[in-house]
Amino acid sequence: MFKKLGFAVLALALIAFPLAGCGGGDDDVIRIGVYEPMTGVNAAGGEMTVEGIELANELFPEILGKQIEIIVVDNKSEPQEAANAVSRLIDRDNVHAIIGSYGSSLSMAGGPVAEEAGIPVVGCSPTNPLVTLGNDYYFRVCFIDPFQGTVMANYAVNELGAKTAAIIKDVTQDYSVGLSNFFKQAFVELTGDADSIVAEINYNTGDQDFTPQLQTAKAANPDVIFAPGNYAESALLIKQAREADITVPILGGDTWEAPDFLDVGGDAVEGVVYSTHFTAQAPVTARSNEFLDAYRNKFGAEANAFAALGYDAYLVILDAIERANSHDPGDIRDALADTQIFEGATGIITLDENGDATKSAIINTVENGEFVYLTTVHP
Amino acid sequence: MSGTEFTQHIFNGIALGSLYALIAIGYTMVYGILRLINFAHGEILMSAMFFAMFGVTLFSLPWPVAFLLAILLTAAFGISIERMAYRPLRNAPRISVLISAIGVSFLLQNLGLVVFGARPKAFPRPDMFNQLWHLGDVSVLSLNLYIPIFTVLLLIGLTWFINKTRTGMAMRAASKDLDTARLMGIDVDKIISITFGIGSALAAFGGIMWAMKYPSIHPLVGLFPGLKCFIAAVVGGIGNVPGAMLGGFILGVGEIMLVAFMPELSGYRDAFAFVLLIFILLAKPTGILGEKTAEVKS
Repeated sequence: MFKKLGFAVLALALIAFPLAGCGGGDDDVIRIGVYEPMTGVNAAGGEMTVEGIELANELFPEILGKQIEIIVVDNKSEPQEAANAVSRLIDRDNVHAIIGSYGSSLSMAGGPVAEEAGIPVVGCSPTNPLVTLGNDYYFRVCFIDPFQGTVMANYAVNELGAKTAAIIKDVTQDYSVGLSNFFKQAFVELTGDADSIVAEINYNTGDQDFTPQLQTAKAANPDVIFAPGNYAESALLIKQAREADITVPILGGDTWEAPDFLDVGGDAVEGVVYSTHFTAQAPVTARSNEFLDAYRNKFGAEANAFAALGYDAYLVILDAIERANSHDPGDIRDALADTQIFEGATGIITLDENGDATKSAIINTVENGEFVYLTTVHP
Repeated sequence: MSGTEFTQHIFNGIALGSLYALIAIGYTMVYGILRLINFAHGEILMSAMFFAMFGVTLFSLPWPVAFLLAILLTAAFGISIERMAYRPLRNAPRISVLISAIGVSFLLQNLGLVVFGARPKAFPRPDMFNQLWHLGDVSVLSLNLYIPIFTVLLLIGLTWFINKTRTGMAMRAASKDLDTARLMGIDVDKIISITFGIGSALAAFGGIMWAMKYPSIHPLVGLFPGLKCFIAAVVGGIGNVPGAMLGGFILGVGEIMLVAFMPELSGYRDAFAFVLLIFILLAKPTGILGEKTAEVKS
């Protein structure tokens, strides 16, 4: 009897897996592959991004008289899987263009695969400069970390009057390492003091205990702590910091914007400050409002920055297909590279010679368990 | 490093170490009797966290009730895993059981992903564990003081149970030689079920404490404690209950001290556990408190 039950459970689990993406050669359909973390440490980021992409697909389902099909593949928040996901989208699903991925390390793993196959990719939120650098097929609709790091260093020095800072970074995330370096550069420059970074401490993705790191930071007695990283680790880190009686302001980057950050962090994350791409509290273009209304209609909630970036990545590809008047991957790439003053939900997008968008940054804080808009910083 | 700071690190290390110890005991008990590394231990831990969370948030039970129910449910869950996945393979080669254990582990992870979703959820922490106590300049979360106390009490209870009760005696007999124990009239299947029940209940207790200490739970949350505590059990001498406890403390305090004294190596914290494991395996393959005869029985 138990044996039968065991098999039933097993069968159920197998069926429950999505049997997605049947490969196609149908030429009347334009296929856009999406590789995002739907499981693992970055799952919330991937989910939010895909929500935006699906919304865009619902509102703009065709171009050049052809249907657009989006094929979502889970990259499991692991670089190895991200590279596999991209080759799967190219080899099996024959996609014409790709969107992805949340997480710079994941994007950097997928990039070379797409470049080799000659398929253009538009990233939504990978902010590390190395994602697009030297890769002619990678573009992105967000700003990059040198800017984001400078914005946060400026905020620390000018708004908080900080003279010293401690950095706590996730050494396994290119995003966290890169952003920390740019913050450090800018902070040292702004304070004019080469020793103004009093502690630089590391942890790994997946760590849950940060108490020894936090003691080191506490002993260095900084005016402010900069701790960019995944929302889940960051929320635990901030919670433990407050429990260790560390009361100084804590700053971070765009990855913090996830409901899970608030949920896990609770009271501890009140007052933390981070930079992000977009906020529903300060729409920037006519398209922002259009997007926000559509998002409210579909999900019954306010949109977040990652959904907005997903939405924009999809539209930028559509715009390129329209201008190229072709859905050949090579033609899409060339048209993407020429993207100028495109009006997206997150702002006006012009891609530079590296394929990066230059855009304003938003600074948010957490107040009463919600993300609250503080200010906009222009490049 | 100041004295205060060092004391603070010791406190943190003991809290983490006793969590490792609690969970490692489950590994060691199952191994002691079945010579099986129960790779699904981490997932049993994860299930307990979700049972407890749903008890408090979804069914609005008072937390002591929810936690107790979660522990009982998890014990029952552990017993049914043994029945479904391990008992049918009782006479199969040991490698088959090991593969079955890995299969259960993956099955539960993926089932968790389908049922609960991948995004981390907050775990409720009762006020009793939420206070920040100051002992001089050292600040300690009350939870971090309760955890070692609970661990020691449970270990004393368990040791008493194993050494003084008839069931405990039967467990010891079964761990020496399963077949002879059966010939002596011991209901071996029942003893194995009880062992799984106790091991899973301890895992559940450890899991709930873990979730309160690190209140971010998701279906893969058991992986990391599962692996670390397996190492703790081997370091202490797998099959040996006080050994698991010792291994847990060594691992917990060692990890915290590594990061504390060599902050630049903090990214290699997990490697510490493996390096420790390698050294132990080279120097004393049976673990610190392991018996020499541990691997004689084939």
